[in-house]
Amino acid sequence: MSELVKKTAAELGSLIASGETSAAEVARAHLDRVAAVDGDVRAFLHVDGETVLAQARKVDERRAAGEELGPLAGVPIAHKDVFTTTDMPTTAGSRILEGWRPPYDATITARLRKAGLVILGKTNMDEFAMGSSTENSAYHPTHNPWDLSRIPGGSSGGSSAAVAAYEAPLATGTDTGGSIRQPAAVTGIVGAKPTYGGSTRYGIIAFASSLDTPGPFARNVLDAALLHEAFSGHDPMDSTSIDKPVPPVVEAARRADVAGLRVGVVKEFAGDGYQPGVTARFNEAVELLESLGAKVVEVSCPNFSYALPAYYLIAPSECSSNLARFDAMRFGLRVGDDGGRSAEEVMALTRAEGFGPEVKRRIMLGTYALSSGYYDAYYGKAQQVRTLIARDFDAAFGQVDVLVSPTTPTTAFPIGERADDPMAMYLADLCTIPANLAGNAAISVPCGLADEDGLPVGLQIMAPVLGDDRVYRVGAAVERALEDRWGGPLLGKAPELAEAAK
Amino acid sequence: MSTPTVMKFDEALAKFEPVLGIETHIELGTASKMFCGCATGFGAEPNTQVCPVCLGLPGSLPVTNHAAIEGIIKIGLALNCEIVEWCRFARKNYFYPDMPKNYQISQYDEPLCVDGHLEVEVEGETYRIEIERVHMEEDTGKSLHVGGATGRIQGALHSLVDYNRAGIPLVEIVTKPITATEDKAPLVARAYATELRELVRSLGVSDVRMEQGSMRCDVNVSLMPRGASEWGTRTETKNVNSLRSVERAVRSEIERQAAVLDAGGTIVQETRHFHEDSGTTTSGRSKEEAQDYRYFPEPDLVPMAPSRAWVEELRATLPELPAARRRRVQGEWGLSDLELRDVVNAGAVDLIEDTVKAGADAATARKWWMNELSRRATEQGVELAELAITPAQVARIQAMVDAGELNDKLARQVFEGVLAGEGAPDEVVAARGLKVVSDEGALSAIIDQVIADNAAVADKVRSGKVAAAGALVGAVMKASRGQADAGRARELILEKLGAS
Repeated sequence: MSELVKKTAAELGSLIASGETSAAEVARAHLDRVAAVDGDVRAFLHVDGETVLAQARKVDERRAAGEELGPLAGVPIAHKDVFTTTDMPTTAGSRILEGWRPPYDATITARLRKAGLVILGKTNMDEFAMGSSTENSAYHPTHNPWDLSRIPGGSSGGSSAAVAAYEAPLATGTDTGGSIRQPAAVTGIVGAKPTYGGSTRYGIIAFASSLDTPGPFARNVLDAALLHEAFSGHDPMDSTSIDKPVPPVVEAARRADVAGLRVGVVKEFAGDGYQPGVTARFNEAVELLESLGAKVVEVSCPNFSYALPAYYLIAPSECSSNLARFDAMRFGLRVGDDGGRSAEEVMALTRAEGFGPEVKRRIMLGTYALSSGYYDAYYGKAQQVRTLIARDFDAAFGQVDVLVSPTTPTTAFPIGERADDPMAMYLADLCTIPANLAGNAAISVPCGLADEDGLPVGLQIMAPVLGDDRVYRVGAAVERALEDRWGGPLLGKAPELAEAAK
Repeated sequence: MSTPTVMKFDEALAKFEPVLGIETHIELGTASKMFCGCATGFGAEPNTQVCPVCLGLPGSLPVTNHAAIEGIIKIGLALNCEIVEWCRFARKNYFYPDMPKNYQISQYDEPLCVDGHLEVEVEGETYRIEIERVHMEEDTGKSLHVGGATGRIQGALHSLVDYNRAGIPLVEIVTKPITATEDKAPLVARAYATELRELVRSLGVSDVRMEQGSMRCDVNVSLMPRGASEWGTRTETKNVNSLRSVERAVRSEIERQAAVLDAGGTIVQETRHFHEDSGTTTSGRSKEEAQDYRYFPEPDLVPMAPSRAWVEELRATLPELPAARRRRVQGEWGLSDLELRDVVNAGAVDLIEDTVKAGADAATARKWWMNELSRRATEQGVELAELAITPAQVARIQAMVDAGELNDKLARQVFEGVLAGEGAPDEVVAARGLKVVSDEGALSAIIDQVIADNAAVADKVRSGKVAAAGALVGAVMKASRGQADAGRARELILEKLGAS
C-alpha cells in the first residue's frame, strides 16, 4: 500500500500543490489500492482507470498552466452513483438504469471537476438510496472494511466503505433519512448532512425531494469541511437551493473548540433498542464535551418519536412520484418491447423487472399514502408531524447551540441479518431522520468502538438550519480530544485489509 | 335500443336547461419554457427544443420561469381575479408517454388567481361569466399515434412523441358553472372563448391561436329537466379547436344528452372527443375509471408568493382591455354593432387603429383591411396581422389615392406588389410604373382610338344611349392598363360624342 492512500485530503492537496507529488501519482496510488482491496470490499460499481488518470493529468496541466486551484485539486474522490456524470454510467444502484450515460453533469459533479477533484469512480448504494445497508443495491452488497461480513451502512455504503478502506480520502453521499451519517458511523469515519438547500440537488437522482441532501464523507472533520465547502452554495438550477453564503465550515473545523457552547442531549434517543456499547461510547463523548468546557443539558424533543413513521409516509410518497419517470420510454431498461405490446404493458413489465423489492415496497406505500381519501390521514398527517418536529428543534435551539445523540442505535450488523425485516432495517435511521424532516445541519463523527463487538460508534451532532459551522466546530473538537486519547484516528484500529496480488 | 341519437335543439331547450363550464388552456408566449431554458417556438424539428429538465431525465429539477408568472398574473388581473399572496405548485401523477416525468407540474387546491369574471355580449345581451380559478402548469409533449382507426393510442401501431411542447407554460382558466343562457348557450360559449382570446391577445402574453393549439377549450355540458333543482351529470368535450367548434360542441352535446335523457337514459360522466368533420362528439375514457391523480405539493419548487407591490406594478402595465377599447373605437370610427363585430372577429382593430395613426381616415382604413386585405389573408390562409404589409404602408397607399396619384384599381396592384415582397408602396409604384394617366393629350388619343375601334357602340352613345358609354370607358381603362382616371375618361368620351 502506498503511503499516499493513508494521507488526509488536506495533506494530499498540499503535497500536490507544492509539487512533491502529482495528481496523476496520487490517482495511481488510489487506483492500485482499489485494485488491491475492492474485490473484497466492493465499494465501487464503476472504476475506469483511464478516465481517472486523464482527469488527474488534466489537473496537473491546469496547475502547470498557472491556474489558481482550490485546496483539494488533484485529490481523488469516490462519487456516489446517484450523481449524474457524463463520463461514467449512473445507475442509482438500480437495474432499471443499468448502463445509462447521462448527457449532463450534476452541479456537484461539475463543481468537483472545477475544484480539480479527481473522480475515481461511482460507488455502490442501496437502490435509489432506499436502505441502510447497501444490500438493496441491484448489483452486489458492499462490505464493511472493519468486518467484511458486516454492512457498511446505507444508502451511501459504497462511499463510506471506500473511504474507510483507504480507497479514497473523500467521497460524496446523499442523506435522505441518515444515508450519510449512519454509514459514516458504522465504518468509523466522518459524514455530514448539510442544511437542506445548502448543497444543490441538481443532477442527483431523486429519492425524496424534500429530504435528499448531498454531503461529504472523509476520514476527518477538516477534510469533510473542505469538501463541503467545495461543492456547496447556491445553484440557480435548484429552486430549493438557498441563496446565502455557505456557513464557514472550514474555519469552524480548524477552530475545534467547544468552550462555553451549550450542548443538548436528546432525551428521547436512549434506552431500549440502543446497543450497550453504543450508549457507553455516547455517554463518554458527552462527558468529554463537558470536560472540554461545554455546558451539557438534557433536552426533550417529544415529537422525535414520531419522526420515523412520518418519514416512512413522506419519503415513499415523494418517491412514488419521483420514480414514475422510469418507464422505459426515453432511457434505461426496456422490457417486453416485442412490437406486439402496448406502451402501458412495456412500462409495467419494465418496472416489474427493473425495480427491486424495497423500491417497489416504497412506491406502493407512497402511492397508497397519496391516494384520494387517504391523503389527509397519511401524507397530510405526516406533514403536520414534520412541522411539530421542526418546532421541537426550534424550542431546543432556544436552549442549546447543538444537540447530540448516538448516530445510530447499533453498530454495523451482519449482512443478511435485517434483509427480510424492513422494520428492523428502518430503525437504523431512528436518530438521523429528525434532521432530515426539519432540514437541519448534522454530522456524525467517530466516538469509539463498542465493547461487545469492537465496531465503530458514531456521535451525531445537530445544529439549526444554516448552522453547519457549529457541527464541524463541535465535531472537530471531539475528534481532536479523542484522537489525543487514542493516539491517532479511530480508523487506525481497523484491521488491515488483505491486498490482492497485482 | 332505437332511441333517436339526437333531439332537435329547440325541442331539447324546451325540455331541459343547459349548464356549461369551460376550461381553457392557453400556452404563454414566453421565450423559454416554464421550468427550463429551452426555446418555445412553434414548428421546430421534433425534439430539438429539449433539455434534461423538460425531458424529465433523472436528477433534473425545475426552476420557475419568472416571465410566465408575470404572464399569468396579467391574465388573472385582466379577468378581475384576486391574486393570492401565497400558493404552491402541485404534482398531478399519471402515466402517459408524452409526459416526461409521468407527472405534470400543475396547481391543485392553491391556484394563483381566483374569483374573477368576464363579461361577454350575445345579440345585444350581456352575460357575466364567473371565473373560478386561473392556474399555472406545464404542457405535455405531443403524441402522434400512427396506424389504427381513431388516431388515439389504443389500436395504434406505433406512436411518436415530440417533447418540444413539453414544459411550455400553460395557463388554465376555469369558469364557474354558466347558467341561464337558455338557447343562447352555444353562442355564449363561443362569445366567451372569443372574448377570452381577445383579452389574452391584448395582453401580449400569448398568440392564442386555436389552430396551433396555443389556446384549447374543454367544454363541459350538463342538462337538467325543466323544473328540476339539481344539475345533471356533465360530460367534458375535448379537442375543440376553433371558436366555431366551441359553439358546435355545445349544441351537439345538448342535442345528444337531451335525446339520452328523454329516452329515460342516464348521462355517463366522461370525457368526449369533438369531431370537426361531423360536428358531433364521441365517448372517450369514462371518468368512473379515471385515475386518481394523487396530487401533492411539488417539493422541487419553492412556493410562489407574489408581492403586492409587484402585482400592483403589473396591474399598472395592463393595456386598454378589449371591451373598453371596442367601446372607444366604435364611437371614434362611427361603427354599427354589426360592423364592430366584423372588425373584431377579423382581428382588425389594432391594424385599423395603427393605420389611422399613420394618417389614413378610419373609413378607408377599415375598407382596405376588411375587404381587399381580408380577402388576401383568406387566400393565403393566414391571419390578417400576418400579411406582409404594415398599417403604415396601407396608410401610404391611401395617401397616394387621396392625392390622385392612384385610383382604387391601381392601389390594389400596389397591395399585390407589397404583399409579394416587391418592396414598399413607393417602390412598387415606381417598379411597376403605376400612375394614374392624367395627361389629357395621351388620354384623348386613347379615347379617339377606342371610339374608332368601337364605332357601333359610339353610335349608340351618340344617339342618346349614354349608358353604353360604360363599355367605352372599360375599353379605355384596358388600353391604358388601368392607369387612366376613369371619371375623366368618361367625361371626355361623352364630350367627344356630343352626349354630355
